[in-house]
Amino acid sequence: MNAAFRISGAGRLSQAKTASFSFDDKPYIGIEGDTLASALLANGVHLVGRSFKYHRPRGFLSAGAEEPNALVQIVRDDARKTPNVRATVQELYDGLTANSQNRWPSLAFDVGALNDIASPLFSAGFYYKTFMWPKWAWKDLYEPKIRAAAGLGVSPDKPDPDHYAARYAHCEVLVLGGGAAGIAAALAAAETGVRVILADEQAEFGGSLRFESGARIDGQGGYAWAQAAIAKLKAMDNVRVLSRTTAFGYYAQNFVGLVERVSDHLKSPGRELARERLWQVRAKRVVIATGAIERHMVFANNDRPGVMLASAARTYLNHYGVAVGRNIGVYTANDSAYAAAIDLKKAGINIAAIVDLRDNPAGPVIDEARALGIEINFGRAVVSAGGKLRVSSMTVQPKNGGGERTIPVDAILMSAGWTPSVHLFSQSRGKVAFNDATKRFVPGTYAQDCVSVGTCCGTDGLAASVDEAYAAGAKAAKEAGGKAGKGAKPKVDAGESWSRGMLGAAPGAGPGTTVKAFVDFQNDVTAKDIRQAVHEGMHSIEHVKRFTTNGMATDQGKTSNMHGLAIAAETLGKPIPQVGLTTFRAPYTPVTFGSIVGHARGALFDPTRRTATHGWAASHGAVFEDVGHWKRAWYFPKAGEDMHAAVDRECVTVRKAAGLFDASTLGKIEVVGPDAAKFMELLYTNPWEKLETGRCRYGIMLREDGFIYDDGVVGRLAPDRFHVTTTTGGAPRVMNHMEDYLQTEFPHLNVWLTSITEQWAVIAVQGPKSRDIIAPLVDGIDMSDEAMPHMSVREGKICGVPTRLFRMSFTGERGFEVNVPADYGEAVWEALWAEGQKHGATAYGTETMHVLRAEKGYIIVGQDTDGTVTPNDAGLDWAVGKKKTDFVGIRGLTRPDLVAKGRKQLVGLKTKDPKVVLEEGAQIVADPKQAIPMKMIGHVTSSYWSENCGRSIALALVAGGRDRMGQTLYVPMPNGTIEVEVTGMVFVDEKGERLNG
Amino acid sequence: MLLIRCPYCEEERPELEFRNAGEAHIARPTNIAAESDDDFEKFFFIRANPKGVIYERWRHIHGCARFFNAVRDTVTDRFVMTYKAGEPKPAKLPGASK
Ligand SMILES: [Zn+2]
Repeated sequence: MNAAFRISGAGRLSQAKTASFSFDDKPYIGIEGDTLASALLANGVHLVGRSFKYHRPRGFLSAGAEEPNALVQIVRDDARKTPNVRATVQELYDGLTANSQNRWPSLAFDVGALNDIASPLFSAGFYYKTFMWPKWAWKDLYEPKIRAAAGLGVSPDKPDPDHYAARYAHCEVLVLGGGAAGIAAALAAAETGVRVILADEQAEFGGSLRFESGARIDGQGGYAWAQAAIAKLKAMDNVRVLSRTTAFGYYAQNFVGLVERVSDHLKSPGRELARERLWQVRAKRVVIATGAIERHMVFANNDRPGVMLASAARTYLNHYGVAVGRNIGVYTANDSAYAAAIDLKKAGINIAAIVDLRDNPAGPVIDEARALGIEINFGRAVVSAGGKLRVSSMTVQPKNGGGERTIPVDAILMSAGWTPSVHLFSQSRGKVAFNDATKRFVPGTYAQDCVSVGTCCGTDGLAASVDEAYAAGAKAAKEAGGKAGKGAKPKVDAGESWSRGMLGAAPGAGPGTTVKAFVDFQNDVTAKDIRQAVHEGMHSIEHVKRFTTNGMATDQGKTSNMHGLAIAAETLGKPIPQVGLTTFRAPYTPVTFGSIVGHARGALFDPTRRTATHGWAASHGAVFEDVGHWKRAWYFPKAGEDMHAAVDRECVTVRKAAGLFDASTLGKIEVVGPDAAKFMELLYTNPWEKLETGRCRYGIMLREDGFIYDDGVVGRLAPDRFHVTTTTGGAPRVMNHMEDYLQTEFPHLNVWLTSITEQWAVIAVQGPKSRDIIAPLVDGIDMSDEAMPHMSVREGKICGVPTRLFRMSFTGERGFEVNVPADYGEAVWEALWAEGQKHGATAYGTETMHVLRAEKGYIIVGQDTDGTVTPNDAGLDWAVGKKKTDFVGIRGLTRPDLVAKGRKQLVGLKTKDPKVVLEEGAQIVADPKQAIPMKMIGHVTSSYWSENCGRSIALALVAGGRDRMGQTLYVPMPNGTIEVEVTGMVFVDEKGERLNG
Repeated sequence: MLLIRCPYCEEERPELEFRNAGEAHIARPTNIAAESDDDFEKFFFIRANPKGVIYERWRHIHGCARFFNAVRDTVTDRFVMTYKAGEPKPAKLPGASK
């Protein structure tokens, strides 16, 4: 059964293939190949939404991507509720469920429509002026209310179950837009043998050939020619044809982003199908053939459902076989609306009248309309549309004033002319130029290797467009390395040509009027709003745009920008080019987050790095923390232990017996070569030339500004070989810093740098029993204090595998770090663990490591330093070689501010109440009674409960800190002020005897 | 995404493989410890930040790992040329009028 407005014999859809769907819970029948828009129109439904600000009833303005009004929510299931889908591009599938948006409680009766009556309150700039004061009210009162009342549709509240694919592609010629011009360009390029990609946003190729009924190319109808040409292109190995694919962004060096909608048009897409596919294409040449977009007429109540672009009505008729009304009025300022009237009249639809603003236009379409008996009124304007939920009449007046006449209609088709789609050209950083004769912005100066063809560059007429495009396609291919083509240029036997029209408000909506003549439908911007913005001082089009929000909705002003600009120019009394065009930005149409994110979500969002002992730690109950990309064991709770209890036990056990800790994430760099020591002298503050082979030293690395950049223990394995360790987080940047100096400042040094972080697993064995645990497993290394003192390194074997055995300590206890090739890491850990069990050792994680080092006042770069701390500030002056004449940072260290008195220095803090643990980051003041804002003199950098000390301990950066030993300072917190005493940084074993204990 | 020609790999590679490393042709003074405060300030802190042609350092960090120099137009992002570290600032730029 045919829907009421489906015209038999019209359109290209097969009426046998029906599809049922629902809109706002009401069932309808459409046809396969329909869009949601054409299917609703076939059923006589025009009212599909409410506008954003005034909640005015809205219908379909267009039949394509420029649609500002007909935004709906498409619901597939609980997790798939896509808001703001343009009904004019959503293809129908059997079972489609759509709902209207931005209305409550129902579409026909919407409480928010009170905003329309109260509209003087909501004029341009209303939000900026009204919601400024009082200051507190924005966050608590205004913003939540505005957010609740505004919004377009409802975001899904479940994770997106779909997947999104991504492809990179390269080609010689990329053609954007698959209308007559784009197809002609692609044919010409393809015939030369180069790689060609042709993309179009529609489901079917053809562009305006979908509605241009009289076009004939190569002896066939225009649309049929397009389909044949596409079939030919698809059959060629060097051509990729992408339909449902929108070029949304044009980036540097002919890098174009496209989104292909793979399965949104399918009834039940299989899980194997992506929802969308992101194409990132690099093209040697780009041919832009994006066509033009018809403009509406700006007159009172031009937003009533049933008022639409003439080309849209023509598309609905000629492609979908749908009449948008039975008694239709036409309001135009150029020829192209006549063609719509003629096609509809021939299909048996009554054309109530054509109202043409022009005084005495002449031409074949006007003659044809007249011959068909259509009433034509020249020099007249439609000054108002009647009706509310659907247009019911148009009021016509001579354009310079005079008697009004009201004509009953159920639809009004309008055309103010065509705006070339220069969006992608402009995104490519090309500069548009204003053609004063045709009142259009067209491509002017090109910034990239691209060319615009057809109506998007202001070429009028099908034949001229096809000729231009074919030549441009051939030229682009030749420039990109193609051979001469053998094909023949398509011959246009008949085609239409549109030009001219008008910009700005039509009579009845001009200066001095207050009618609602919409310029931007989606953001509810009227001609009056734009004039008001200028009167209030917005003289640049960018300011007018932001003040009125004209062109700032999701449609980005595809239909509104030129009208808005013209009204602003008229009000300013300046020519249009002097007012300027707003910048076109990507994306051309909205792009889903899914297509940008692609597969990079969940576990694939970011790499995860695991150490060799990860599995062992997990099976022994470790709780992990994220440190950069690394998963590190944080603590190892036993049954019934919380984090506090586990860390207390681990801390005590390490100092009493021993502990095993995975330190593999520390960065490791091997510095090798005849000049290795010289290089180390330049990169670190310490002296290295005299460090004996087999000994280690704590090194500090500065930036040239004199601030601490990184630190770590360095072992000299041979005269020409250093094993350097870095902080976990600093490993990549330290490597980069070293390479930078080696390659660019000290290239005369014969040195090689190799990252060995992932090659060596590192097991720290710390505590009085550490030597007893390791020694039985080691071959060929004398571990006595005489042979292997603190801060030494030996190479030998452990458990039969090679090891670099460091004697070093980040706990203050006798300690070792066992380096073994990463593949043996877990096995050696297991062996050490088994030995450790005999001595009461514990495994410990990063939290205990932090507490133990803080008990000894060992700093962590990046926690106790922040990029503004010098070695002296950190109490590490001893590590700066006083006799050295050069190292990176040596000059920075003597800058006036870095040697000034009163700098923040690292000190210890003890709370007066030993049970109180300070918050890291808490601010410190000298006088807690001073007025707010208080003078901060420092902040807490590290703070822990120390079970070994039986009290809390903290490190802090405090102005003039070392001169404040014993002073009482204050840490103001929300629940009261905490008293603290300034102390030294070492809380355990101040003399360092336990290193050999 | 930009395409950048690595003068060591001798081919254009995508921007993701590279990292910018600031203005080029700022040599570290050989006797840096003896620099005056003013000279050190000029060397370490002051940068040209031009609108137009900039000489800058890049590193092919996810490729050959070499640092090199590039001439880029900061308005268009177009790379005029790239050359190896240590080579002098080009006296003439390709395509330049003088
Ligand atoms: Zn390279």
